Amino acid sequence: MAAILVYAELSEGKLASTSLELMAKARELGDVYAIALGSGAKTAAATLGKHGAKVVHVNEDTAYDDYIAEPATEAVASLYEKEKPDVILFGFTTDSREVAGRLAARLGVGLIANASDLAAQDGGFVAKVPYFGGSKVASMRANGKPAIVLVRPKSFEASESGGTAELKQLDASVADASKRAHIAERVAEASEKVKLEDARIVISGGRGMGGPQNFPLLEDLASALGAAVGASRAVVDAGWVPYSMQVGQTGKSVRPGVYIAVGISGAMQHTVGMKTSKVIIAINKDAEAPIMKMADLGVVGDALKIVPALTAAVKAKKHG
Amino acid sequence: MKIVVTVKQVPDPNSNLTLEGDNSISREKEAVLDPGDECGVEEGLQLKEAHGGEVILVSMGPERAKDAIRKGLSMGADRAVLVSDAQLAGADALLTARVLAAAIKQEEPDLVICATESYDGSTGMVPPMLAELLGFPQLTFAKKVEVDGSMVKIHRQTADGYQIVEALTPALITVTAAIAEPRYASLKGIMAARSKEIKQIAFGDLGVEKTEPAETIEGVVDAETRKAGEVIEDDGTAVDKIVRVLAAAKVL
Ligand SMILES: Cc1cc2nc3c(=O)[nH]c(=O)nc-3n(C[C@H](O)[C@H](O)[C@H](O)COP(=O)(O)OP(=O)(O)OC[C@H]3O[C@@H](n4cnc5c(N)ncnc54)[C@H](O)[C@@H]3O)c2cc1C
Ligand SMILES: Nc1ncnc2c1ncn2[C@@H]1O[C@H](COP(=O)(O)O)[C@@H](O)[C@H]1O
Repeated sequence: MAAILVYAELSEGKLASTSLELMAKARELGDVYAIALGSGAKTAAATLGKHGAKVVHVNEDTAYDDYIAEPATEAVASLYEKEKPDVILFGFTTDSREVAGRLAARLGVGLIANASDLAAQDGGFVAKVPYFGGSKVASMRANGKPAIVLVRPKSFEASESGGTAELKQLDASVADASKRAHIAERVAEASEKVKLEDARIVISGGRGMGGPQNFPLLEDLASALGAAVGASRAVVDAGWVPYSMQVGQTGKSVRPGVYIAVGISGAMQHTVGMKTSKVIIAINKDAEAPIMKMADLGVVGDALKIVPALTAAVKAKKHG
Repeated sequence: MKIVVTVKQVPDPNSNLTLEGDNSISREKEAVLDPGDECGVEEGLQLKEAHGGEVILVSMGPERAKDAIRKGLSMGADRAVLVSDAQLAGADALLTARVLAAAIKQEEPDLVICATESYDGSTGMVPPMLAELLGFPQLTFAKKVEVDGSMVKIHRQTADGYQIVEALTPALITVTAAIAEPRYASLKGIMAARSKEIKQIAFGDLGVEKTEPAETIEGVVDAETRKAGEVIEDDGTAVDKIVRVLAAAKVL
């Protein structure tokens, strides 16, 4: 059996949902163990156990919370030396990729980033990697030992497999030399009401919304539906809405029951982050926009008129 | 302060990309300085204006990457280093980082500035590898940078806000597009850039070992596309139709 190490990402004590998605795939690939670092690591280990981890290596030193990448790199590298896993899996997220990058350079092996799937094949591992703006998918055989693979969030569905992980204390203390990029303060901006990644419905606005002054129309519809609001990169770059709302290749990946794209053309870099949504509805004044070719329902019309009317209709239906 | 900005030449994001027979992205298309790196250059120049020093561009790429470098020089960077070698065609992130690290070490900078990810590769793996190889801390996803003596402080963009992250120089930072609006090169800048130095280094002179690439591409297929559904004109009934779809999806 291949040995698969999953890097469990913790942020302020909370386990990232992507880590559990990785567990679902890792179980198919071999014997799974995980590493969880920082405050909340032990709680996370219990959850990881339910998702199939046989062993979870933990260390609750807060240096892992407070310093970027280096303490975690040190810990994973030392665990690698002891356990020599065949594969080390990371989520392709901001925090995890920084650890993965440093680790690969430290171990002197390459890595495969942005994978959407991974399979054991002919004694090795082959990843599926979308590229060329998401219009192509390459099969890439990992040449590295270990194979370090970073998987896009929402590529797999997390599920419990039942079980309990053995907890192993990772007794590496964090070297002072790794305590350098210090997170001195955390500032939360406009807290999202419903988290994009977890929402059952996502309503995203693009340049077709006309300006930031019209985004409240989407917020109103979202609160009527219990949805989260997302955005295209064009409007994030224009400063209409914060980056935290960006969906796509360089933003978040979402997989809701319904995705409503409003005034979004449907560039590949956007759709790669939402095309696995169960139902897609597009509202666009251009019948030829690429988004129309992938939507289950495409409505050709003016978003600024349709959205408020839809909000009213949803409210009426809920109350009527 | 000595500032290195890494700059990469990428196919013009405004042109349609094409693929070569071997499924690599065609480099024949009009190429430009990576728009993300343009922001890096701008940030480097602003730091130099505030604190003095020098801005050095470092790039790995084919001979014609000089066009992208000239763009950065005409914005105001002082000089540049280009590692160019046929052996480096198709280099993966680790080899790229090793090459850049070797070239950058010769400059002994206080600060290295990269973009969070490149426009064509867009995996953002080079910067953390580079930081590791240089032995620098990494301050990433910066939408704001402040330097005070040997202390660098950034606002690091996160999923729900930002963090204030600080470290001592030498350090590597990655910057987002939100950091600064890149300036236009003035005519004077364009003229001045012509006589600025672009030092060219061959791969063999860096003492970097050519490593096996991280992956072997075994095949490429078209991504699965969703089938188009129904497209309707908004003739007044569209809202009802959307409500029905929402109800059918059991979210309403
Ligand atoms: C490396 C790279 C990474 C990228 N990453 C991302 C990413 O993560 N996420 C992302 O979204 N993009 C990303 N992009 C950008 C992407 O290529 C597109 O430029 C972007 O998604 C376009 O945003 P948009 O659809 O809002 O704007 P546009 O393409 O300008 O589309 C606006 C749409 O609104 C419609 N419209 C106008 N007025 C109205 C109206 N009144 N009512 C209804 N419809 C109207 C128009 O018909 C048009 O279709 C990336 C690009 C690159 C090169
Ligand atoms: N060949 C290169 N030459 C110079 N800088 C590079 C090169 N490749 C990557 N970089 C730097 O690293 C950033 C992220 O690139 P990537 O890791 O490819 O997404 C780029 O925006 C550049 O700043």
